[in-house]
Amino acid sequence: MSAQEQISVTSRTSEQARGQDVARLKWRHFKGRILSALGWFSILFGLGMLVVLIFDVINRATGIFSGGTNWLTWDFFNNFDSRFANRAGAKAAIVGTLYTISLTILFSFPLGVAAAIYLEEYARDNWFSRIVEINISNLAAVPSIIYGLLGLQVFARWLFLGRSILTGALTLALLVMPIIIVASRESIRAVPSSLRQASYALGATRWQTVWNVVLPQSIGGILTGSILAVSRAIGETAPLITIGALTFVPFLPRNILDIFTVLPIQIFNWTSRPQDDFRSLAAAGILVLLAILLTINALAIYLRNRYQKRY
Amino acid sequence: MAVTELRRQPSLLRAAFERFIQVLLVFAAAISILTTAGIVFSLVFETIAFFSEVSIVEFLTETEWTPLFSIKKYGIWPLVTATVLTSAIAMMVAVPLGLIAAIFLSEFASDNIRRTVKPLLEILAGIPTVVYGYFALTTITPFLKNFIPTLSIFNSLSAGLVMGVMLIPFVASLSEDALSAVPNSLREAAYGLGSTRFEVAVRVITPAAISGIVASIVLAFSRAIGETMIVAIAAGQNPRLTFDPTVPVMTMTSYIVQVSLGDTPYGSLSYYTLYAVGFTLFIFTFILNIFSYWMVRKFREVYD
Repeated sequence: MSAQEQISVTSRTSEQARGQDVARLKWRHFKGRILSALGWFSILFGLGMLVVLIFDVINRATGIFSGGTNWLTWDFFNNFDSRFANRAGAKAAIVGTLYTISLTILFSFPLGVAAAIYLEEYARDNWFSRIVEINISNLAAVPSIIYGLLGLQVFARWLFLGRSILTGALTLALLVMPIIIVASRESIRAVPSSLRQASYALGATRWQTVWNVVLPQSIGGILTGSILAVSRAIGETAPLITIGALTFVPFLPRNILDIFTVLPIQIFNWTSRPQDDFRSLAAAGILVLLAILLTINALAIYLRNRYQKRY
Repeated sequence: MAVTELRRQPSLLRAAFERFIQVLLVFAAAISILTTAGIVFSLVFETIAFFSEVSIVEFLTETEWTPLFSIKKYGIWPLVTATVLTSAIAMMVAVPLGLIAAIFLSEFASDNIRRTVKPLLEILAGIPTVVYGYFALTTITPFLKNFIPTLSIFNSLSAGLVMGVMLIPFVASLSEDALSAVPNSLREAAYGLGSTRFEVAVRVITPAAISGIVASIVLAFSRAIGETMIVAIAAGQNPRLTFDPTVPVMTMTSYIVQVSLGDTPYGSLSYYTLYAVGFTLFIFTFILNIFSYWMVRKFREVYD
């Protein structure tokens, strides 16, 4: 007697029961289909929102779909902020963003990579490296506005730097350092230890090995991660508001101790004004901000592909 | 003798240089500890200064928050409830959608789909929050007003919904990491027992990855609580004790933004409120972060 016959003899006798089994199996497979459809729905819901957002911003900023006013003109880049929407521009904000972000990179990139090198290449498993490690993962989850409170207290008050570009850049540098450290560590860890051993065998010191072998091999990943960290810094608003960056700055900063504004704060300011024209200006600002971020992310992807190595 | 001196000289120099480099690197690593110390010290100092003028009992029992009015009351609850309300709305969007997206991407989607969809979703996570705030105020609120005519221009509903959309990739990507870390042997065993794809995904893989999934949800919640610009733009500036999602409220982060926008002299009581509120916010997120860390440690299923 075959197994199938045995089953049909012992428990399933009627055709009806077999039909129920088939229906049940179909239902069990169908549940997978439902989940799959829900999965697509979730993803398309998110992406759909993204499309609506971008479409809406482009339309408001340029009037390209609805035939409205184009706010993204030369004046927008060349004028300072104003009480009148048709005269307002984002010059101070764009220049402020450039200054702040350049300084942020200057502080956070060397320090972040150095910390990563220490943790990967130098640190022994002692209390110091363990504390640093736990600390970094904790810092990455601290809300950005808390960094603003830190910057306000430590840089603006205790170090007397005031509401300056320098205060803003230092605050943002602390904010993005954990991101740079984590990305750099990952990239450094991916360098095979055979390369290090080869370098040591040639008589190189630890630092010579790091500088001539490990860093050139991992620079692609380090740069990619750092660029993503910088794009995070470019979009940050809350910590800079907290340290007292101004919302209305009708002049260019003269030096790094000058007061300033940045593009996201300018966008926030325009969004908060009740007149509709300022909302359109905000959309123009958002478009510029998103274009900058897109360029930077494309650069990161390019670097990742260019330096991608397999061992 | 002279020859060995000469030979030793450069290597001594080199050793000193190595030492110097190492000190620099340790210093760079120590900055992260200094950052934490700076955060804790500045929050604690100014919060102590705050509580020397306002009693902690009032802070915890008063139901009104009016430090910028003439009759000043310092009850943290309106800010806390608003924060929890907007975050809860965000989680109602981000958790189901993010989780289903994660299960789909990890267990159902082909490699090609995964490789295309994940970077696209990450774009959502890379949009600056001020842009989301703008979107909530100028697009979502007018849209929702079609269905809820009583909706205020500023409300926690649209702020929360948009925050939820922002957090979908956050939940999806962290949960997907947890799901795909479950070893294939479990999948194969479940299929071998005659399970369907759905049963493998939902009854075997998801429970096996539950610690990572819960951790991702808790981290997303902590993100939502600390999120600033969306609520500052779209949820309003009116501290009130309510769970009504259609009216303007004020979260802890919106309060910090509101005070920072004004000219707050150092050492004034309203300056200290910044830190008292910031400290409360920090404690909330800190507890959530520690909890998610503990969750992963404690309940991680270990496979070999």
